Amino acid sequence: MSAYQGDFLKEVEARVEEGEWVKMCMQCGVCAGSCPFGPHWEHSPQKIFMMIRAGKREEVLTSDAMWMCTSCYNCVVRCPRKLPITQIMHGLATYAHRLGLAPKMQPTRRFSVTFWSNLTRTGRVNELKLVLQVYFRNGFAAGLKEFWNMRRVGLRLLAAKRMNPFELVFPHRCKDAKGIQRMLAKACEIENRKRGFSQ
Amino acid sequence: MKTAAYLCGGCGIAEQLDTARLAAIAEREGKVDLVREHPFLCSAEGVQAIREGIDKDGATHVMLAACSRRAKTEAFYFPDVAVARANLREGVVWIQEKGEAAQEMADDYVRMACAELKRMQVPKAGPDTGKSKRVLVVGGGISGLTAALEAAEAGYEALIVEKEAALGGWAARLHRRIPERAPFKDPAETGVPALVDAVTRNSRIKLQLGTTVAQTAGAPGRFRVTLSNGRTEEVGAIVQASGFSLYDAARLAEFSYGKSPDIVDQAGLEALAKKSIPIRRPSDNKEVKQVVFVQCAGQRDDSGKHLPYCSGHCCATSMKQAMYFKDANPAVDTVVIYTDLRVPGNGEDFYRSAQAKGVTFTKGKVSAVEADGAVKFRDLILDEDTQIKADLVVLATGQVPNSGVNIDNPDEPDANGAKPISILNLEYRQGSDLPRLAHGFSDSHFICFPYETRRTGIYTAGPVRRPMDIAQAVEDATGAALKAIQATENAALGRAAHPRSGDLSFPLVRLDGCTQCKRCTVECPFGAIDEDEKRYPVFNESRCRRCSTCMGACPVRVISFENYSVDSVGAQIKAVGIPDETEEKPRILILACENDAYPALDMAGLQRVKYSAAVRVIPVRCLGSVNQVWVTDALNAGYDGIMLLGCKHGDDYQCHFVRGSALAAERMSKIDDTLKQLALENERVITCEAAITDIARLPRLIDEYAQTIERIGLSPLKGFA
Repeated sequence: MSAYQGDFLKEVEARVEEGEWVKMCMQCGVCAGSCPFGPHWEHSPQKIFMMIRAGKREEVLTSDAMWMCTSCYNCVVRCPRKLPITQIMHGLATYAHRLGLAPKMQPTRRFSVTFWSNLTRTGRVNELKLVLQVYFRNGFAAGLKEFWNMRRVGLRLLAAKRMNPFELVFPHRCKDAKGIQRMLAKACEIENRKRGFSQ
Repeated sequence: MKTAAYLCGGCGIAEQLDTARLAAIAEREGKVDLVREHPFLCSAEGVQAIREGIDKDGATHVMLAACSRRAKTEAFYFPDVAVARANLREGVVWIQEKGEAAQEMADDYVRMACAELKRMQVPKAGPDTGKSKRVLVVGGGISGLTAALEAAEAGYEALIVEKEAALGGWAARLHRRIPERAPFKDPAETGVPALVDAVTRNSRIKLQLGTTVAQTAGAPGRFRVTLSNGRTEEVGAIVQASGFSLYDAARLAEFSYGKSPDIVDQAGLEALAKKSIPIRRPSDNKEVKQVVFVQCAGQRDDSGKHLPYCSGHCCATSMKQAMYFKDANPAVDTVVIYTDLRVPGNGEDFYRSAQAKGVTFTKGKVSAVEADGAVKFRDLILDEDTQIKADLVVLATGQVPNSGVNIDNPDEPDANGAKPISILNLEYRQGSDLPRLAHGFSDSHFICFPYETRRTGIYTAGPVRRPMDIAQAVEDATGAALKAIQATENAALGRAAHPRSGDLSFPLVRLDGCTQCKRCTVECPFGAIDEDEKRYPVFNESRCRRCSTCMGACPVRVISFENYSVDSVGAQIKAVGIPDETEEKPRILILACENDAYPALDMAGLQRVKYSAAVRVIPVRCLGSVNQVWVTDALNAGYDGIMLLGCKHGDDYQCHFVRGSALAAERMSKIDDTLKQLALENERVITCEAAITDIARLPRLIDEYAQTIERIGLSPLKGFA
């Protein structure tokens, strides 16, 4: 793959959600200027799009830039070319993750994986479990510390009946968890076929 | 001469001023034969009263003391008599509180108008009335063909002189053109064969191919053009559509043009596309797989070595050319390296279409193109040096106008280093070609008066006027053709062209007083004045725009116009009643350009902006028409200050007569000597630049100047005149 020959651009167009929009960017930089996270990430959307055109596959897919998107849609609203920038960012993140190129310890990626497995198990998000998974993501000691720090919030949630400890043992399920799982599996299958993934 | 004065009482004039006193002044001091007051002069009855004064009482000179000369011009239209206007509305009642100061102002304006009136004559129209209505079009490209066809379709004869053996110019060499119609998505047919066909079949258009203009003499309505084949043609106006040459890519050593056949300019790519689609590269005739377009090659250059400007069409042209590849085979990689994409007109749609077709646009600055096709550049988004290996490189070089000889520096080579060849070979004292505006383009003002060159009756159209694409050239040529028609019609009636359109006055010269100093022939911004064999000036009235710059220049004051002369303004200056020094009432003379400063003052009046009652404003055709004797006379008469209000001059001038305000500034820079001789302060005479939009600023400037005069005190020269 050589620079600026469009191979990676074509790959993105074929395999990334909304990737066919990348070529329409006119490099005005309004997205970069509009992003509230602007100073905090490695590459602005404008730059990511240019890197894709320049054929920087490795750099783009291993970057943590698109994981930093908070979906505020400021860029989408302002883009003079009406590019669905937020969707492209998530599309790129998903694509990098599926290829196994996404940075392993990137917090957003880790949370997303946790969230997805939590959700798909019962068809509902088990909040208590999710919170505990997040607290203890960096080991038992760190988790206990975080747990202790948040104890007041937890107790008040308990008092207000906004948190039920029994959910840990007897989680709520949706009526047809198996059905949901089958549906998601089918969707994944269609998506995989469309984006050229074998699994 | 029978004079009549009509004083209007409307629009608040009668409420604020003592009109009986004004009438008395007109009668006793102005010595007007017939003085009438009317409460509403621009009404049907008021106009009727004036008409009766002319028809029944035989008035030949009419003074109207009412509103500004720029107002109610339709009601007060009396072309058969000389008309002077005293501006009591915008000039007095709208800018002053009721009182003695305002009344004195009005008194003076009536005195001034009466004085001017007697020194005016009804213009009889220029005697230089060539009757030819034919339009000569120099150049047979898209611009020239369009201009000729538009003139012919409007009913005028046209003659096309083209130096090549065939019509069509650059456009005929194109494979396709940038689209001019919605949806602006794909390259379009050039349309040249149809245009050439329409021109060839039009009975009003004559063609002279393989011919150039050997000599152009005369003036609008009577240009005598000698062609290189010896023929002589009489034409009324000229459209110069001599087009452009491509900037020579060989001057860009770093881009290896000429070192490899696979590095071409945009014209080279068109030739390849005409030869075969899909495009094959010249070196080995293989189909091109990777092409790189280098934008701004030798353009927008700040090093001083190449063209400093943007040629406007090249971005869209490169998009079009990239589509030649993409439309034939989407697998071809096409990269456009640009610093700023500029696509005027409907180019944004075309740009989007190119992106949708997969043309890659990369913001970068190319530093070098190797002979093997490696394009080295800095990616300006990723901020890194990088390179692309291409089979074919296209350099987007710019347009160099074919504007002939630089008359200010006849030996100066053009941007390509070529020796300039005159296009029109004008038999004008000031040089063989059209004066230039910037970078060799023959124009006089981009914004205010396109097509108008500084040679009356000669209009430029297309890329010789400014860089442009086909769509703009077509529009340009249409405009220029209409301007040319207008010029022939005006010339036939002895009337001025833009900006004093329709003016029938023309310069009158008392040659027995001329000292042959040449200032008029040198300074005329429009090259209207030649010299005869005895070195006397020869005025070609049809070339004259009536700016009166010659009148301002003439040291012996032998040049005048029937209704505007050194005397007519001088008499106004002298008519103002200068209070003696014990009264402590300063008088400031304002000579205001009628194109910008005077309308701005009128608008200030319309908005009721108040300013000093010490000023007496006299509109002048152009600051260039201000003769220094007016300044000296005013100072001697005891005026305390003189303000000259004219248009901006310099590179981005706003002067309607191009050089007038610059010449005035030049002349006034020498006024200090006069002031010193009279033992006066430098502040007594100031020159200010004013635009028509300075409605709020001008009154402020005037008040500030009035304060300055108060500070330095009254003129010591009162009571000597």
